[in-house]
Amino acid sequence: MIIFGERINGMYTDIGDALRAKDPKPLQYWATKQEEGGAHYLDLNSGPAIPKEERAEAYEWMVKVVQEVSELPLVLDSTNYDAIEAGLKLCKRPAIINSVDAEPDKMERVFTMAMEHNAGVVGLCMNKKGIPLDHDLRVAFAMEIVATADAYGLPMEDLYIDPLILPVNVAQDHALQVLETLRLVKTLSNPAPRTVLGLTNVSQKSPANITNLLNRTFLAMAVSAGLDAAIMNANDDELVDIAASTEILLGHKIYADSYLKVFRAR
Amino acid sequence: MSVIIVKEKYASKVGEVVLGATSDQGGTRTSTVTVGGDSTLPYLHFEGKMPNRPAIAMEVNDIPPTWSEALTKHYGDVFNSPAAWAKKCVEFGADLIYLKLDGADPEGLNRSPEDCARVLKEVLGAVGVPIIVEGCGDIAKDNEVMAAVAEAGAGENLLLGVAEQDNYKSLAAAAMVHKHTVIARTPLDINICKQLNILINEMGLPLNKIVIDPTVAGLGFGIEYVYSIMERARLGALGNDKMLAMPIVCNVGFEANRSKEANMSNADAPQWGDLDERNIMWEAVSASTCLQVGAAILLMRNPIAVSLTKKNIDELMSV
Repeated sequence: MIIFGERINGMYTDIGDALRAKDPKPLQYWATKQEEGGAHYLDLNSGPAIPKEERAEAYEWMVKVVQEVSELPLVLDSTNYDAIEAGLKLCKRPAIINSVDAEPDKMERVFTMAMEHNAGVVGLCMNKKGIPLDHDLRVAFAMEIVATADAYGLPMEDLYIDPLILPVNVAQDHALQVLETLRLVKTLSNPAPRTVLGLTNVSQKSPANITNLLNRTFLAMAVSAGLDAAIMNANDDELVDIAASTEILLGHKIYADSYLKVFRAR
Repeated sequence: MSVIIVKEKYASKVGEVVLGATSDQGGTRTSTVTVGGDSTLPYLHFEGKMPNRPAIAMEVNDIPPTWSEALTKHYGDVFNSPAAWAKKCVEFGADLIYLKLDGADPEGLNRSPEDCARVLKEVLGAVGVPIIVEGCGDIAKDNEVMAAVAEAGAGENLLLGVAEQDNYKSLAAAAMVHKHTVIARTPLDINICKQLNILINEMGLPLNKIVIDPTVAGLGFGIEYVYSIMERARLGALGNDKMLAMPIVCNVGFEANRSKEANMSNADAPQWGDLDERNIMWEAVSASTCLQVGAAILLMRNPIAVSLTKKNIDELMSV
């Protein structure tokens, strides 16, 4: 189970303010804290805090200040590919581009960039018309992305297919479709790509007392269906414990009494 | 039509461990032995690398052994001198010496830790190869003995045995202080094997200072089960499980030679063929089974079995 720490995101007030004020401390605080929590990668997302024309510079700055305190590889999360490319040039370890959908022009840009910078790619099961409900269409988009990635020579272990989970409080039908998509993505191509979810989205806008429960429950279900990675709260200890336990219960790792500690060891 | 060779791709490899230390490295060995580093299932040279040959350590005791005549006949008059015995083993082709301190046993000669340390010094003086040292098997006594041994051999990067789940702290501490490597032994249990490595590592001993002893069995006494445990450890190592990625040591000499098949006389077991040959083959076949599943260090006794095993290794390593 690969954990992408989600917290360095301009949607959070402290990070948004830090991005505007060019104050590295909150980013560095969360970089360290998420690494301690169990993150394997750090997702960086400026969100709407920075105007479009300043995004490239903002991603360069984020990559630079986060790498000052953490050795973890980065996930550059934006729809602005110029910003991602600017960030990629500074990454010390192979990064992941988050994300591209199944639109040919975007895929061309992203996979070219990925091959040039030895980066991974998150591929979203959607196109310009949006996110489909049915798993059939989600899988069709996934396969287009898989075929394109393969044509560019991107190894399947560097491609992360994201079936896209929506908040259960407004889009309850999607969870089951996402699980089915995960299963099919893992069976339809060999070697199969990796899979990822923006896990916290499932509990978006649900009451605070149940968000953790929803995230934890859905993570266990999704891993069982074939999920390899999650953009998630790396500081919810129980969620990280669940991620570690799924590896054991599915036989991906050999059990030892201290497996929780080993999972967090770097 | 050409055949396409399907190759498995592994995420990681077995860790490399260096045994012994030369004068440049703070010891007095004339050579060191490096084991592990494999990036494939054993001997699939087309899939990955086996950068280091499996090594053979020959057993030397601090007291005359109670071995079968089929074994002792090869050695001549060396059993009263561990130093002479060790030299003989090097002549037989041993890559390392495995010094077993049975004389320390409180139920036997109950030799003092100082006496044991002195024996180690003699052996260190007699041969240039790296040394493996193991106590007598009595936990309380071994903690004293191995502390003295670790100190006497400070800087030599000895391979010290054995750390077990209920008794690993003093050995690991002695190894850290005096710059040695430890054998982590578990009773044929992959989960405890992994757990013990975690516990030792948590004390501060680096992973490349640990060698796994999964406990083996001789031919006919559960060696298939040994094989399955070692195979799981190897697959774990190749799948990036750092806590199972240590090279494996197998005490095949001890296990093969405690079977009745390796000991029963020609008169008592005429249907089994000649004892001399049986003794050799029982150990050699046990050794080759362990090699097949990735043993990095074999602890052996019979010099003819050693020479057969070395030939076997030559063949397995030739590509």
